[in-house]
Amino acid sequence: MINLELSPGHENIRNMIHGMGKSMIRPLARKYDSAEHVKPVELENLGKMMDQMGGGGNPMADALGGGKKDEGGTKIKNGGQMMGVIGAMEMCWACTGLTMAIPGMGLGNAAISSVATDEQKERFGKVFAAMAITEPGTGSDSANISTTAVLDGDEWVINGEKIFVTDGAYCTHVVVWATLDKEMGKAAIKSFVVPKDAPGLEVVRLEKKMGIRASDTAAITFTDCRIPKDNILGNPEIAKTAEERKKAFGGVMQTFDNTRPGVGAMAAGVAKAALDMTKDILAKEGITPTYDKNLFNTSAIEAELYRMEADYEGARLLIMKAAWMADNKQPNSKEASMCKAKAGRVGSYITLRCVEICSSLGYSEEHLLEKFARDSKILDIFEGTQQIQQLIVARHQLGKSSKDLK
Amino acid sequence: MSEQAAEQLFDLTLTEEQRITRESVIRFAEAELRAISRDADEAAQAPEGFYNKTMDLGLSIMPIPENCSGAGMPRSPISNVLNAEDLGKGDMSLALGALTPLGFVNTVIDNGTAAQQEKYLTPIASETFVAATVALMEPRATFEPSELQTTAVKDGGDFVLNGEKSMVALGGSAKFILVVAELDGKAAGFIVEQGAEGLSTEREEFMGLRSVELSRVKLENVKVAAAAKLGEDEQEFNLERLLDLSRLGVCAMALGACEAMLEYVTEYANERIAFGEPISNRQSVAFMVANIAIELEAMRLMVYRAASRAEQGLDFHKEAYLARVLCGEKAMEIGNNGVQILGGHGFIREHMVELWYRNLRAVAILDGACAI
Repeated sequence: MINLELSPGHENIRNMIHGMGKSMIRPLARKYDSAEHVKPVELENLGKMMDQMGGGGNPMADALGGGKKDEGGTKIKNGGQMMGVIGAMEMCWACTGLTMAIPGMGLGNAAISSVATDEQKERFGKVFAAMAITEPGTGSDSANISTTAVLDGDEWVINGEKIFVTDGAYCTHVVVWATLDKEMGKAAIKSFVVPKDAPGLEVVRLEKKMGIRASDTAAITFTDCRIPKDNILGNPEIAKTAEERKKAFGGVMQTFDNTRPGVGAMAAGVAKAALDMTKDILAKEGITPTYDKNLFNTSAIEAELYRMEADYEGARLLIMKAAWMADNKQPNSKEASMCKAKAGRVGSYITLRCVEICSSLGYSEEHLLEKFARDSKILDIFEGTQQIQQLIVARHQLGKSSKDLK
Repeated sequence: MSEQAAEQLFDLTLTEEQRITRESVIRFAEAELRAISRDADEAAQAPEGFYNKTMDLGLSIMPIPENCSGAGMPRSPISNVLNAEDLGKGDMSLALGALTPLGFVNTVIDNGTAAQQEKYLTPIASETFVAATVALMEPRATFEPSELQTTAVKDGGDFVLNGEKSMVALGGSAKFILVVAELDGKAAGFIVEQGAEGLSTEREEFMGLRSVELSRVKLENVKVAAAAKLGEDEQEFNLERLLDLSRLGVCAMALGACEAMLEYVTEYANERIAFGEPISNRQSVAFMVANIAIELEAMRLMVYRAASRAEQGLDFHKEAYLARVLCGEKAMEIGNNGVQILGGHGFIREHMVELWYRNLRAVAILDGACAI
């Protein structure tokens, strides 16, 4: 039966996370934005705390990692994916940068939880793992990476340079994408869990960024970096047939079907933060939206508030749908990209517009609106840019392969 | 929150009944609306017998109480939205015509006394189509539903109505016209019967929605009995509910029209060859198609959410308002980009897209029609 309200259970947890974000994270938002590259020590215990919430589920890890898997039954479920996106929205409402800096919530954890063997989960289940894919010469075309992994006896030897590694400085492990044989293309790309203290791994630089400054973004080099043979995630063989090769890389890319609604949710969260703050500021100046008149019979500010709220709500519902489909085992690759595309652009649009609407107050560091407008931009870029999402949606809609629609 | 709602999960699954109904409405829309869409637009009217055929769907009979010869089914905004969406995919203008009596029926149920329901709904619960409509809009650029210039003045035991209404669907053929007029500073609803002295209707020509016979309704000292004013004496007319339900009805039809556009441009872009390959191989075209799909789904979820809240008896005003804001903007964007994808061919009346473009312009404008 069609119902797009949150279940009472999810609504309760949403309120709980919202309250926690408001009281524990939001007050730190400006501090760690200004003090870029200072470790947010207050977050140390937050990760553990969040582990205990939502019945043991970690909302951000759920959002990014696919959540707890419910098995069996044909009844409709509101499960871990939905909980995850709800959590991501509320956390990023408080502060996107700090949310990403909470220990244990790295993207690498998402990769580990979705593909690791039981033995690997035993070893890596509790680590704080970052994800290293992007290279200086390779961004959205992640099949084109040139970091290499060569088996030498019982060890893999990794060489290459990774950039834009979120949590790269404070994590304990890095999940690294490397190729076993560049000639073999996508099928030879594997991921490896590399402990930070592995010889040959060096954090060479912390990026200075426009936004999400509380989150550490590192450049990491691997020089004859040696790790145990069984730190490879997934099948160590290179698929032989074209069909198998396609499937192998498809499996890697499928992780994104889970992470994209999560990142979309982050964008929706920061957009909501900007909207709420703008409404508070405007209320003090006597402007309160009433949702009554026709759009062009209201003031320009009200009309813009309505447009933004409508866009936000549209994005939020697309995210909920993609997560709901995942919870109910429906293939959601198209919907995951749809929601990320809409939420990503709406996040930028709304946060930037809120700065403009609030004029000097919006542009000022006295309030957080300007920070939201800096933080939001990355959410339309990482985990697949706006353009990559459109490409994926277009291929689904038009029934095109990546060969036809480049 | 009611007990039932308290156990509710977020869910996008249709009920079995809704699924089965949809199948037949979709078939009907293809065979009876889409097939005659172009001709009806050219002729600026629905063909003879069209509205009687729509009686098979039972659209307006469903909510009419049993003592008024109706089916007495519980109101279902969600089912109505699904019907409007599927009919709108066939043709928005004909869908509006088919749903116009439902808007009248729902508004009378929402505001009328038992006696009024019996008097005005019984004739509609007939085997043949009886047109009845709601007249809200007025011909002004800055028209605002809460600031009506059509007035009602008490005159002894009667009311005297004066003013001009615009975009009244089936205005010329409606047996009953529910005129929303200002009475003592507030909106009130009056049923004016066709043929009343001082009432005149005149066809209006619009860029789109041509087949539904949108009309200008003029009221010059039209006298109606006190019993024709909806509700008990002091009962206020629920204008907000009419607007919200009407906007959802219009938006739902737009969902269907936009879905038709998406299907059409998907096929066209895949078949049209330029520079030696389908134009859909180009990102500039493919991304337009992708964005139509993305925005349409956002529109749909917002309309469904508002309708579902209405069905559950939750407040849905804000949700309906915002759904209309998004649909008003994006439906036209979809219409515009749909024609663009076909290029010069989109401008030629041989293709349907120009018709949808013209119809979709009305989504942000139409108020008071087809309350679901």
